[in-house]
Amino acid sequence: MELTVDQDLDALTLTVTATFDHPVDKVWDLYADPRKLERWWGPPGAPATVIEHDLHAGGIVHYKMTIDGGQEHHGRWDVESVDAPNSFVVLDRFANADGSPAADMPTTTMRFALAPTEAGCQMVCVAEYASRELHLDKGRLSNETRRAA
Amino acid sequence: MSQNDEAESEQLSLLPGPRRRRATSRPAPKAAQTDPVARVVVDTGLAHLDRLFDYLVPADLADATRRDILRRAVEGELSVSRLAEAYPMSFAAVQKHIAVLERVGLVTKQRRGRELLVTSDRDAVDRARRALDELAEAWKGRVQRMADLLAEGN
Repeated sequence: MELTVDQDLDALTLTVTATFDHPVDKVWDLYADPRKLERWWGPPGAPATVIEHDLHAGGIVHYKMTIDGGQEHHGRWDVESVDAPNSFVVLDRFANADGSPAADMPTTTMRFALAPTEAGCQMVCVAEYASRELHLDKGRLSNETRRAA
Repeated sequence: MSQNDEAESEQLSLLPGPRRRRATSRPAPKAAQTDPVARVVVDTGLAHLDRLFDYLVPADLADATRRDILRRAVEGELSVSRLAEAYPMSFAAVQKHIAVLERVGLVTKQRRGRELLVTSDRDAVDRARRALDELAEAWKGRVQRMADLLAEGN
């Protein structure tokens, strides 16, 4: 597995490029299968549970991340477009417990592309902050909670 | 000098020095991938320039220029006209880059007398950098977990 991460400060984007020693279909499954997605999306301190999963244009993926003490933070993907198993685009947002989008919170657009390589598959994810008000990625919440305690 | 002449001289002094056009024609520059055409208004107050221009933003200058403008703004306040002198492009093109940095909240313009100063919003720059750093860390963890899951096999 190889990984490069590039930041663009004035476009407010992060580009993650990773190559895996497995074919495109297997990497696609990590997103398309909710039982797989929840195993890697959250960090060890805040594992994710996927509650709803409809990875089609217009669908949503509703998930929550559970901090050690039991506190839950909900998020959702508004799925903009899907071209399985090659690419998809979602709007990642904070959500309420019932999966509805949280009001007045920043959003992140994520564009994923998978391409076959000699050894397996290359994944490119471009995450773009949509708001001038920047907040922490939900994946970091576990550390934030520990600091606040 | 009449009042009008004085005013025009002041305004003309804001413009960078004249550039000599080369006699031989050059190939058209490769345009920037995003926002290749900037519709700009030249802010000189000269009546015959008081219309919209379409400026082709060169690819090789686009991002590097914005980063450089941001660097200068972080180091200290600079007037828009002084900034414009530093780059081999039109005044309007520099304004366009500043506008992009303004839109994402990294710089603000403040009027001081007749000058327009570009200042960095340090907090915004720091927050942007921290947010991107944290997102980068989150993704490093995710990619490792993806690889581990793939290795587990089905």
